[in-house]
Amino acid sequence: MTLELSATMTERGLDLSMHVETGEMLAVLGPNGSGKSTALALIAGLLRPDVGTASLDGRVLFDIGTPGRAPAWVPPHARGVALLAQEPLLFPHLSALDNVAFGPRSEGRPRAQSRTVAQHWLGEVDAAQYADRRPAQLSGGQAQRIAVARALAADPSLLLLDEPMAALDVAVAPAVRQMLRRVLRERSVVIVTHDVLDALLLADRVLVIDDGRVAEEGPTEQVLARPRSAFAARIAGLNMVRGNLDGHGVRGPDGTFVEGLTDQPISQGDPAVAVFRPSAVGVYRQPPGGSPRNVLDVTITELAPFGEQVRVRTPLLSADITAAAVAELDLAPGTRVVFAVKASEVAIYRS
Amino acid sequence: MSRASRQVGLPTWLFAPAAVGALFVVLPLAAMLARVEWSDFVGLISSESSIDALLLSLRTSSISTLLCVVFGVPMAMVLGRTTFRGQQVARSLVLLPLVLPPVVGGIALLYTFGRRGLLGHSFEVLGIQVAFSTAAVVMAQTFVALPFLVVSLEGALRSAGGRYEAVASTLGARPTTVFRRVTLPLVLPGLLSGAVLSFARSLGEFGATITFAGSLQGVTRTLPLEIYLQRETDSDAAVALSLVLVIVAVVVIGLARVRGAI
Repeated sequence: MTLELSATMTERGLDLSMHVETGEMLAVLGPNGSGKSTALALIAGLLRPDVGTASLDGRVLFDIGTPGRAPAWVPPHARGVALLAQEPLLFPHLSALDNVAFGPRSEGRPRAQSRTVAQHWLGEVDAAQYADRRPAQLSGGQAQRIAVARALAADPSLLLLDEPMAALDVAVAPAVRQMLRRVLRERSVVIVTHDVLDALLLADRVLVIDDGRVAEEGPTEQVLARPRSAFAARIAGLNMVRGNLDGHGVRGPDGTFVEGLTDQPISQGDPAVAVFRPSAVGVYRQPPGGSPRNVLDVTITELAPFGEQVRVRTPLLSADITAAAVAELDLAPGTRVVFAVKASEVAIYRS
Repeated sequence: MSRASRQVGLPTWLFAPAAVGALFVVLPLAAMLARVEWSDFVGLISSESSIDALLLSLRTSSISTLLCVVFGVPMAMVLGRTTFRGQQVARSLVLLPLVLPPVVGGIALLYTFGRRGLLGHSFEVLGIQVAFSTAAVVMAQTFVALPFLVVSLEGALRSAGGRYEAVASTLGARPTTVFRRVTLPLVLPGLLSGAVLSFARSLGEFGATITFAGSLQGVTRTLPLEIYLQRETDSDAAVALSLVLVIVAVVVIGLARVRGAI
């Protein structure tokens, strides 16, 4: 067990406990103001809880308000916890290389050795060519890559990421996400995110915080496919088809084939997942004609109200349609229907 | 902000009072320049007492500025980077010399460090007499100039925010390392401009100096005091020395500007 946290902050209405296993990435989801960033600040040591305990790799980070024990508090610099925020926050007066070398230097390593370490991590995030640049001369995506390298160069036991993709251009976010997937493998990480794709592609486990409390917790796929909390249901409930890349689509083991768009090169036959939202799915009695669509024969298992719509569930996939459409199509559990989804609505990722 | 990026025009009527205000600042300087006796300028400013006063002013103002940095930086850090009970009161007290008449400051210093002062007696036992010495000049200047450094540095600390420091600490930097490698470089322009303001204020100090340090040639008579004295007997010399003071001030501000401080 890497991180064990349990903390209360009355002023912010926070009362949480969470844990992170060694080498595991935990995604923390939740609405704005729910306490996600506060949780990270508590772990990093930038905020002090009213009552609580935390330990990392068996070392106490803080122990406050436990009856019968003297309060303990480890300052941020001695925790071995690095924090990467939404903005890169590169030190403006240092070059990219010296920014990355900051962690090793703070540890007391000599300048030359620190720079060698920094070179290595700049290479790891594909930013070696920017070593001599000042932060002002970097684009948002480049700066965020360098901020990742800087955090990793400090060799933290636990890495905290606070919406690392939120401030990035839509065009560069996928590349940064791929880079994170690569460099964060096997590391203990907590990532706060708004984007369900971050959770799906990066995290092993998901924790949903709502109003300062843990609303739901579990393996990513389970939480996203069968959400129990209101927030998770709103953002998740994604349709996922797992299989191998075949042409421009994913073919599942049962023969289900879904075509879609990729934002990264995937070789034929590689394991891949096709993801699309239930709201992108149309429900038909007969296979529709027209523009090229993915057409899937399914049997309805459940009809459930979902906001102002109805969620049509089948053993693997879901569709959100209006109540009027349900009536018009005369749908009921057991009805055989056709799900159709445009290829442009389907995102395909290597899994 | 570049000129081209200005989108919203100013109301035209603002320009008239702005011009009057600018004129009010520039006109007296021009009037003084017009009275300078250029033919004998060098002679007027190179009398023994004038040279003594100029050198004393430069020496004491430099030391005061250094003291302002030594004490003002920690004060600004405590005010700008911590929270404690009574912080607002502490801030107001620190800034008091800004609004206090300098003569009052001088009297206050006299009753603290003078022979009959609060600490003066203890100093005397140790064989140190502060009042009416060059040390008193430096203290008077530091007293009035310190708030300038604290105010401009605290402003710089606030606008820099604490987020870079938070990141640095999570990267393993101890508080001293954060201060040295992150905080100071980030607020360096604010620190330089604060130091320049402190130096200028020290250079112009008159009221507290004459009250607390007196006016002894070569020991406590700084350039402003010399100008005031000369005005009684030789107004041409007073005008010439005033110009010297203006030139020193302009040079200091110019240097700071080149280094991007103001």
